[in-house]
Amino acid sequence: MNAAAIPPVRSARGWHDPSFRALATQVIALAVLAGTVAFLATNLVGNLEARSIRTGFGFLWQAAGFEIGQSFIAWSPSASFGRALLVGLLNTLVVASLGIVLSTLAGFVVGIASLSRNPLVSPLARLYVELVRNTPLLLQLYLWYAVLTQMLPAASAAPQLLPGVYLAKSGLHFPVLQHGGGPLLAAALVGVLAFAGHGLWARRKAGRTGMPAKLWPGLLLLALPIVAVALERAVTASFDVPRPTRFGFSGGGMIMPELTALLIGLSLYNAAFIGEILRAGILSVGRGQLEAAAALGLSRGQALRLVVIPQAMKVAVPPLASQYLNLAKNTSLAIAIGYPDLMSIGNTIINQTGQAVEVIAILMSIYLTLSLAISAFMNWYNARVALKGAS
Amino acid sequence: MRIPFKSGVAAVALALAASFAAPAEAGPTLDAIRKRGEVVCGVSTGIGGFSIADSSGRWTGLTTDFCRAVSAAVLGDAAKEKFVPLSPQQRFTALQSGEIDMLTTVATWTLTRDASLGLLYAGVYFYDGQGFLVPKSLGLKSALELDGASICTATGTTSELNLADFFRANGKTFKPVVFEAQNEARAAFFSGRCQAFSADMSYLSSVRVSDAPNPDEWQILPEMISKEPLGPVVARNDLDWYTIAKWVLLALVEAEEKGITAANVEQMKDSANPEIKRLLGTAGDMGQRLGLDPGWAYRAIKRVGNYGEIFERNVGPKTPLRMERNSNALWTKGGLMYAMPVR
Repeated sequence: MNAAAIPPVRSARGWHDPSFRALATQVIALAVLAGTVAFLATNLVGNLEARSIRTGFGFLWQAAGFEIGQSFIAWSPSASFGRALLVGLLNTLVVASLGIVLSTLAGFVVGIASLSRNPLVSPLARLYVELVRNTPLLLQLYLWYAVLTQMLPAASAAPQLLPGVYLAKSGLHFPVLQHGGGPLLAAALVGVLAFAGHGLWARRKAGRTGMPAKLWPGLLLLALPIVAVALERAVTASFDVPRPTRFGFSGGGMIMPELTALLIGLSLYNAAFIGEILRAGILSVGRGQLEAAAALGLSRGQALRLVVIPQAMKVAVPPLASQYLNLAKNTSLAIAIGYPDLMSIGNTIINQTGQAVEVIAILMSIYLTLSLAISAFMNWYNARVALKGAS
Repeated sequence: MRIPFKSGVAAVALALAASFAAPAEAGPTLDAIRKRGEVVCGVSTGIGGFSIADSSGRWTGLTTDFCRAVSAAVLGDAAKEKFVPLSPQQRFTALQSGEIDMLTTVATWTLTRDASLGLLYAGVYFYDGQGFLVPKSLGLKSALELDGASICTATGTTSELNLADFFRANGKTFKPVVFEAQNEARAAFFSGRCQAFSADMSYLSSVRVSDAPNPDEWQILPEMISKEPLGPVVARNDLDWYTIAKWVLLALVEAEEKGITAANVEQMKDSANPEIKRLLGTAGDMGQRLGLDPGWAYRAIKRVGNYGEIFERNVGPKTPLRMERNSNALWTKGGLMYAMPVR
């Protein structure tokens, strides 16, 4: 080809220059967006002022005045609105984290069961998935809540499951340590560190010797300190035991039936989706992999654990992450069944203060942070389970 | 266009004469109602005794009867009204936008609503307050005995705050179970989740009748822990209409005070008592001052009875709601119902 025959490209100027045009459209789009946001914001502030509605975040430090049904930190109505939000956040975090763990466990069972060759197990798992994921979550929450509150015995007839442990309509009541939670926490921390350290050492050793690492010494290390301290405390420390009163129980710890219903509803609902995600992941692993594992002499269980699941996870983790995000955000349905989560307490604060814009902004940023944290963790995990060297 | 001088004078004279003879300025709302031939009232979607549609679709209740009284007063014998059921979120917007002429629901009169929503409360037709519904089997006599109980309630403007204030002020504790909607709180209460259900007494009375499996097994405790005065609401932009709504309500109370009932209002027209004569329009020009005709109060009483009759028929001791007059009795009988003088 004769290069000289091609006329030299005249460098375009101004609007005809593609790179300039691209830059300019970006700048204009950004300016329009910023202008709209600024217009809406000034409009909002103007409207709020015109209707003499109070603005600002000063209310967060004022006394809240209302009671909260369940709190993991000390709460009294004279505490501030800010602390009320913190109580709600902790209540939400408890449901979200327990819900993620429980739904993953149940989802694993459902996913593997639906692939089972047993003529009874597999159709049952399929039926469960179709039933649960094709009805609205809110409806299921109502169902579980109604079942729980109808089924549980009244406080006056509450059975004593273990010494000091009662189950009633008002919730599960159990004894708690009066003081000395610190050593227990420290023991748990020591246990976790020992477990992690042992895991690291065992994996190195396995890499060196080729002998598969054993799990039980690590678990022993994890449990030993906390069991030891718990035994010591159980003997020496005093417990706050729930005492039956006219209307229920006073003292001790308590888990509201609302929390239980929410946890059951969320976990079972999400388990159906997670089961499907895992089934898809497992099915994505080629048949040859299983045959190769069998040829190496691995049992079916070993093949599943060492060959199939690690590869299945690679496919399953991204949709799993969005399922976890769904679960975390769906905790806000708690308000329908009376669990004092972040959304419920936020609603109450809006009613008390009338500062809807501020409270909703706070709620949105909290849910955003929570979701981004889950995303970040799942991305990290995704990178970890990705095939090393694979693109 | 040239107007012949004579007819021009005649027109001016006619207009002047008309302005003296016609009742006082009627206001845009009343004009629109007369043109339309019916009063449009916003009502609650279904609270037994206050506003609820019966099996034939007819709205009954204390607040709907007030709407009928206003309609009879302003529209004469051909009185008609339309009821628009509204949720608590919709009700004020419907009034602000002019979709309804008057709001006759169970909306509490508060400073915020009266001063900042572009509307006006025309009085109080029911003095309500937050109370407690409990099973009789608990054997309670006072809300103060609810120390340590679980209490179901719905999230509302002040219900949670009232509860916390009441228990703190008395040095007692309670465990709230807060729902987004009244019907969810109610369902949880009847399933036994809570020992008490807290809401406005009017609502509790209605719930006991229509939702409890057996109304006799439930009781409302005597303590009223908040003030919830319920009254008719009108838009702020028409003070003539506001005045009419206010005085129809006062006329119904005045009628009870003077012993005028739906049954005897005909004979009362012949009464020699000047106060009764002014109220029923046989003397004075009270109707005209409101922009109405002299028979306005007569027709309202004839149609729905006096305030006491409305109360007894809808929520009184002989109805399923079994509410006592208490604060809603006449001022002469220890209550708060007091009519300004009709003169």
